[in-house]
Amino acid sequence: MSAMPAPALVDRRAVWAALAEVPDPEIPAVSVVDLGIVHRVDVGPDAIRVEILPTFVGCPAVEMMRSAIEERLVGFARRIEVDVTFAVPWTSDRITPEGRRRLADSGFGPPLPANDPAAPINLGRALACPYCGSRRTVMENAFGPTLCRSIYYCTDCRQPFEQFKTV
Amino acid sequence: MTTIRASLATAVDPALRNGLAELLRSLADDEFVIGFADSEWTGIAPILEEDVAMSSIAQDELGHARAFYGLLGDLVGEDPDHLAYDRPPESFRHCRLVDHARGDWAFTMARRYLYDTADSVRLNALAESSYAPLAELVAKIRREERYHLLHVDAWLRRLATAEGEPRDRLVRSLETLGPDATTVFTPLPDEKALVKSGILPTPMAALRDRWMDGLAPVFAELDLPMPPRDADLARGREDHSDAFRWLYGEFTSVRRLDPEATW
Repeated sequence: MSAMPAPALVDRRAVWAALAEVPDPEIPAVSVVDLGIVHRVDVGPDAIRVEILPTFVGCPAVEMMRSAIEERLVGFARRIEVDVTFAVPWTSDRITPEGRRRLADSGFGPPLPANDPAAPINLGRALACPYCGSRRTVMENAFGPTLCRSIYYCTDCRQPFEQFKTV
Repeated sequence: MTTIRASLATAVDPALRNGLAELLRSLADDEFVIGFADSEWTGIAPILEEDVAMSSIAQDELGHARAFYGLLGDLVGEDPDHLAYDRPPESFRHCRLVDHARGDWAFTMARRYLYDTADSVRLNALAESSYAPLAELVAKIRREERYHLLHVDAWLRRLATAEGEPRDRLVRSLETLGPDATTVFTPLPDEKALVKSGILPTPMAALRDRWMDGLAPVFAELDLPMPPRDADLARGREDHSDAFRWLYGEFTSVRRLDPEATW
């Protein structure tokens, strides 16, 4: 009896490490893993299936993230499948501590914890300026240049900044 | 995008399929039409911050519409873009409330207030739907709609408590829209079966009453005219206006230039 060659085992950790190199198309300093949009990764003998959660339902970057993930995983398996799911809602609490740090380093206010699930919103809370750390900031607009951000202004360093929505 | 949902969609009892499709179509068309109408403010809103806000809100609504068309597409085996752009105008099932032209700023805010609060009551019920793909999507949408509600609540109060023209325009708009307000809750063709199966956890008439109960204290506080409880439900999601036919011409114009184009 001749032995069939066993399919090469794909290392799950290597797949996750590769995903951690896929940047968010709008804020490249943050990876899709740090943003918390990777819901699950199924590694099979000849296919890898990744499920991602959109940060906002209407996020136009979702298709770019899908194809970037597919491209990055080429070579790990014969078939790469990336599906969008709403199985659990993406919330800003899914952003990792590393992701928060990188957001702040890029000039974005990281979201506050969405500690009240009935009212997941930043309003009325003192937010720190990502440039000088002052909490004397005011909201200019609950809506911003992308669906996931609001516009704030720091009255100390007089710098407008974009604040990730708590959602 | 469709693998998981498509498998769930095929598991739907065939007797419920049409009713569920009508529910999804009404949700998608409502969001699509109001999203498109509100996107017209891009570039011409009264102040720059509202230009940003309305553009963002409109984009949210179009995103919600796309997701609802996605669920509908999984169920009936059609492409979401085809559902959004290739149907004749008379097959749209959006409610009369969103069928009006956008009007002036007060009119847009009046309509957004009536629609967002009504939609919120509807979404709260659908979050408990027995059709898992719908319940999951609605759980996500509800978190985003919080921002819309806060935005429009601030505008309603600002216009209602201003003296003179702003308040007059708001009141006139609410009087024009009032008779169509409860068309959001137009009963669905197969509603009994949808309620029994838990796909629609609460009948539309009960949701309407829940919405009116929530609206009454706010409108009493601001001395605004309450919409009548009963709308002309025979026209609730049909009989569209010339304003809609104009909007339809706008939102299908690029698609019609080259229906086969790949974007």
